Amino acid sequence: MSPAVRFVNVCRHFGPVRAVDGVTLDIAQGEFFAMLGPSGSGKTTCLRLIAGFEQPSAGHLEIFGETAVGVPPYKRNVNTVFQDYALFPHMTVGENVAYGLRIKGVPKAEREAKARKALAMVKLSGYEQRLPSQLSGGQRQRVALARALVNGPKVLLLDEPLGALDLKLREQMQEELKALQKHLGITFVFVTHDQGEALSMADRVAVFNEGKIIQVDSPTHIYERPQSRFVADFVGSSNVLPPDFASAHGCTAKWTSLRPERIAVAAPGTAVPKGQCHADGEVKLISYQGAVTRYSVQTGERRIVAEVPAGAEFKEGDKVRLIWPKSAMVTMEDGA
Amino acid sequence: MTHAVTADQEDRAVTTEGRGGILDKVSDFFFAYPKLLTLLLLLPPLLWIGVVYVGSLFALLLQSFYSLDDYSGLIVHEFTLSTYAQLLETANLQIILRTVLMSASVTLACAVIAFPIAYYAARYARGWAKALFYLAVMMPLWSSYLVKIYAWKLILAKEGIVTWLAKGLHLSWLLDGILALPLVGGPSLSFSYIGTFLVFVYVWIPYMILPTQAALERVPINYIEASADLGAEPRQTFWTVIFPLALPGIIAGSIFTFSLTLGDYIVPTIVGNSRLMIGQAVYTLQGTAGNVPLAAAFTVVPMVIMGIYLWVAKRMGAFDVL
Repeated sequence: MSPAVRFVNVCRHFGPVRAVDGVTLDIAQGEFFAMLGPSGSGKTTCLRLIAGFEQPSAGHLEIFGETAVGVPPYKRNVNTVFQDYALFPHMTVGENVAYGLRIKGVPKAEREAKARKALAMVKLSGYEQRLPSQLSGGQRQRVALARALVNGPKVLLLDEPLGALDLKLREQMQEELKALQKHLGITFVFVTHDQGEALSMADRVAVFNEGKIIQVDSPTHIYERPQSRFVADFVGSSNVLPPDFASAHGCTAKWTSLRPERIAVAAPGTAVPKGQCHADGEVKLISYQGAVTRYSVQTGERRIVAEVPAGAEFKEGDKVRLIWPKSAMVTMEDGA
Repeated sequence: MTHAVTADQEDRAVTTEGRGGILDKVSDFFFAYPKLLTLLLLLPPLLWIGVVYVGSLFALLLQSFYSLDDYSGLIVHEFTLSTYAQLLETANLQIILRTVLMSASVTLACAVIAFPIAYYAARYARGWAKALFYLAVMMPLWSSYLVKIYAWKLILAKEGIVTWLAKGLHLSWLLDGILALPLVGGPSLSFSYIGTFLVFVYVWIPYMILPTQAALERVPINYIEASADLGAEPRQTFWTVIFPLALPGIIAGSIFTFSLTLGDYIVPTIVGNSRLMIGQAVYTLQGTAGNVPLAAAFTVVPMVIMGIYLWVAKRMGAFDVL
């Protein structure tokens, strides 16, 4: 079975800027795939390469085993949900959703029925006659989704689809998108800079930086086994510790990631159980975040961030002992 | 004592240090009564439009309901529709028809020529290319209208550069063929409807390019991408997305080109055959002929036509996206 999307050493340059720089990647059929990275990391350009809005400067791109190089967007069986939805303002919701079918020459009655069905799927039945300007952000998002899905794409591309929604709606849409993808069984490729979104929704995540893929893995591995400082720091803001710190605590002398929530904050002098490491320091900063409290602790010349369940036992300036299991220290191959 | 300190602190907490002065008081006053400021700003233009413009328009309208005494040549100040009946005489109807056809063809030509230019400027031109575009479109508006028209008269004249160029390219047969066309042809380009048409298109085209460009500028690139994404070829995207969204701009431009052509009397006087257009008719009637009522009635015609035009455009949904 050929992969849904295959990148082979794909580059996309804009003048001197290497937006995508040698990306090799297979996205499996039926996979919910996330491209995660900071802005300007090349993730959106990769999505646009799949959609056909960009053509690779070098390398090879395949969609379902067929070459996509030189194929214009209107000849690809791929549909996109745009970041700002890009609903046509001069068409009603119904016309927007039926647009792709109208272009294909589907008879009016049939395409209207299909549009109605697609709108029902995104829970917007009865909105056919409205204009996009009369909808809320969340509703527009659903219309954009229906407009893409009604064409029965083999791959659905989503460009920061939840970026413009407020937190509550975003969480709700995350669940719905996930359920929809399971139900339809088509490949979703989804671009985001929000690591929480990527981890919670995707089957696999590719972490991008400076036009390159840094790591492709399952969300669990991305979070628990980051292979590089960049991934450790970008996904969940880990403590990235230098080789000498690791060796001082009985690990291989390599760059090491230590997640803040794995660290316990205790009173100075607390006994350290076997198999656990510790460091003593002084609380420099406390940041209350609702469910958790973050302590920034100065130990020697470095700061370590620890995250403990809510309730601030310590004050700024207090001496504390940080304790964590040795297994929480993840050795990274890549020091970059 | 303590009380005074608190009051002082409170005072400092809520207001900045007073600058005083009359301007400060005026600002405070208008801040308290914002509607008054709006009224004050609107009053002069409202007076201008209300009294000078609408007032004279009304006076003009009134004139068109008077008539001219054929024997004395004096204006009879009695309400009558006979002047409007005169408009329906063949010669006058021809003037109206000629003007409307000319305006319509000039508008159509302007729209067709302006669109690619506007599209290029809105979609592709950046930096110096965009500056050059604005310069090229606006510069003709800086020079005198009369100079441009006389220049065109020379260009189109029998001894002009067009004839010379046609001869040089061995295309005289083509030029002669065009001039031999019935109705639109004539002894030379500068004495034909074609000449009038060309000059009109030239002088009004900036008024079509600019609103069209502004409308296209407001069509985000991702609408075009979304359309392609949904399977539309560029041609389909043009007709289903770009054109409908640019239409309000084209309509706005056509209002300029259509109404300007409808009322112009200088271009057809200098370049063209001697057949009158509405503007010339008005000019002649109120001047040498002294028939102000008929001139007024003629003036009402473009207004009515424009009214109908706007109404039809609105019915067709041209302003829905505004």
